[in-house]
Amino acid sequence: MEQFYVFLQQMVNGISLGSIYALIALGYTMVYGIIKLINFAHGDIYMVGAFVGYFAINYLHVGFFGSLFIAMAACVLLGILIERIAYKPLRNATRIAALITAIGVSFLLEYTTVFALGAQSRAFPEVLGNIRFGFFGNKVFITNKELLIYGVTLALMVLLQFIVKKTKTGKAMRAVAFDRDAAMLMGVNIDNTISATFALGSALAGAAGVLVGIYYSAISPLMGMNPGLKAFVAAVLGGIGSIPGAALGGVLMGVIETMVIAYGQSTFRDAVAFAILIIILIIKPSGIFGSNAREKV
Amino acid sequence: MKRLLTRQNMIITAALLVVYIIVQVLLSTGIISAFYETNLILGGIGIIMAVSLNLITGFAGQFTLGHAGFMAIGAYFSAVMTVKWGMPFILSLLGGACLAAVMGFLIGLPTLRLKGDYLAIATLGMGEVIRVVLLNTKYVGGAAGLFGIPRITNWTWIFVCSVVTVLCIRNLLWSSYGRACISVREDEVAAEIMGVDITHYKVLAFVVGAFFAGLGGALYSHYYYFIQPGGFGFMKSIEYLVMVVLGGMGSITGSVMAAIVLTVINVFLQQYSAIRMILYALLLIIIMIFRPEGLMGSKEFSTAMFRRFERRDDRGSAGGQ
Repeated sequence: MEQFYVFLQQMVNGISLGSIYALIALGYTMVYGIIKLINFAHGDIYMVGAFVGYFAINYLHVGFFGSLFIAMAACVLLGILIERIAYKPLRNATRIAALITAIGVSFLLEYTTVFALGAQSRAFPEVLGNIRFGFFGNKVFITNKELLIYGVTLALMVLLQFIVKKTKTGKAMRAVAFDRDAAMLMGVNIDNTISATFALGSALAGAAGVLVGIYYSAISPLMGMNPGLKAFVAAVLGGIGSIPGAALGGVLMGVIETMVIAYGQSTFRDAVAFAILIIILIIKPSGIFGSNAREKV
Repeated sequence: MKRLLTRQNMIITAALLVVYIIVQVLLSTGIISAFYETNLILGGIGIIMAVSLNLITGFAGQFTLGHAGFMAIGAYFSAVMTVKWGMPFILSLLGGACLAAVMGFLIGLPTLRLKGDYLAIATLGMGEVIRVVLLNTKYVGGAAGLFGIPRITNWTWIFVCSVVTVLCIRNLLWSSYGRACISVREDEVAAEIMGVDITHYKVLAFVVGAFFAGLGGALYSHYYYFIQPGGFGFMKSIEYLVMVVLGGMGSITGSVMAAIVLTVINVFLQQYSAIRMILYALLLIIIMIFRPEGLMGSKEFSTAMFRRFERRDDRGSAGGQ
């Protein structure tokens, strides 16, 4: 029974980490779905979101939800800006050229932040306090921060699902992702739709940045690299292009990683995540929720 | 033998010899300082890595993000051979390269069924797995790294190895094997219908690419006295991928030029170390926006190019008269 409680506790931790991965993975999957670009800069947008949240709390004294909102707004602007300046001219170039540009943008964001703010990590301000809720006779704990992460993630996902499925912009996004030329012929404004996709994805990344700051209370300019990669892996795991897939993939990724740290060797955590990825790719390359696109000749 | 002694081959050989001798003289007279020598070595390794990656990504069309993983295998195995087993350097070089090739085969066979971005992400994962496994292997020093590797790599080794790499890959590509690889890149389905065994050629390109990446790694470890798993991460793979894309996918001379250009830019940017990476990033974005096909596209830089210019000049002057 003791074992079971430990497992449950790890599950709680894993889902918190996984929720953050899921938020980042959603941005990856949406951008990939619409312009088939692995947006390597996405992890750095998440980093910028964390820093905007940090400055909003420290200098504007806005509290958690205020900083969340400001970070999301700032990331929306950043995302649209990046798309318009760096990716739009390359829309008809080879995909690898666009990928290298994305890597360039990623470096630019990282090292501009290092240059402006220094490479050292900073302590994220404590705005929520620490409340722990015990379960099963205080064997398993959930903190208020974890509950907040679950709540915010869930709310944002529901909102995203609503936007994508019920609004006109969402319909346009799905149309462009399905067939860009046909959508254009039907009068969909491609440029605005792609910008909207970047805006949505970046907003989620910004939210993830603030949440990670709250949860781990440390942020640094290079924090986006690793979670960025893992979130992309999560998106592939769930089936890239699929929104529920990214959510599930992210949570799975977080849980697996936490379990490896808890029951295995923490130095192997990255390897296990990637090994699972390779196995999944070989068995079912389209991911958990991906549809198997048949190749037409 | 007669086919080898063409005018073009002789010009190239002579030019290479001149470059080798000039640099060797400059090195031995101390005009090229230790700082520039390091960059010379790094540039040479860059050429080996970029050309071998170009074979996989540019010619066979298999997009991989784990090239540094093979480099790590070559670097570590060759270092183990010299340091722990006391083997001569040449054997270690070959040993490192061969093990990398074997790993390339073992990894390539299952993963090369994947296409495009899926393959990219699988190879990325593979590179990371190799790095983490090295990180956790006590025998090769774990996270602290492997120490006490003798410095054997010098300009001669680098020069010979890069020339051999370029020559081998160039000759492979100009053979029926190479044409089969290119046909796989152009259209897999069409190639398969024409009777090209696509898996065979994909794996072939992967194994040869991995072999030379292992060679590059072995040269690298025997220059730096010590190696760490962290040095062969995702960023290293990206570094070489940038060379390939910048030079032009499917252009060997483009890769060679890009490796040299990027090394020179790196040397130049050392003066501005605070904003070095920012400038590098801006340069990448700007080059990709204005020249997405890379510096050379899929063209090769050759003496034939000059001849074309000559002929054009002739025609131009003839028209004028």
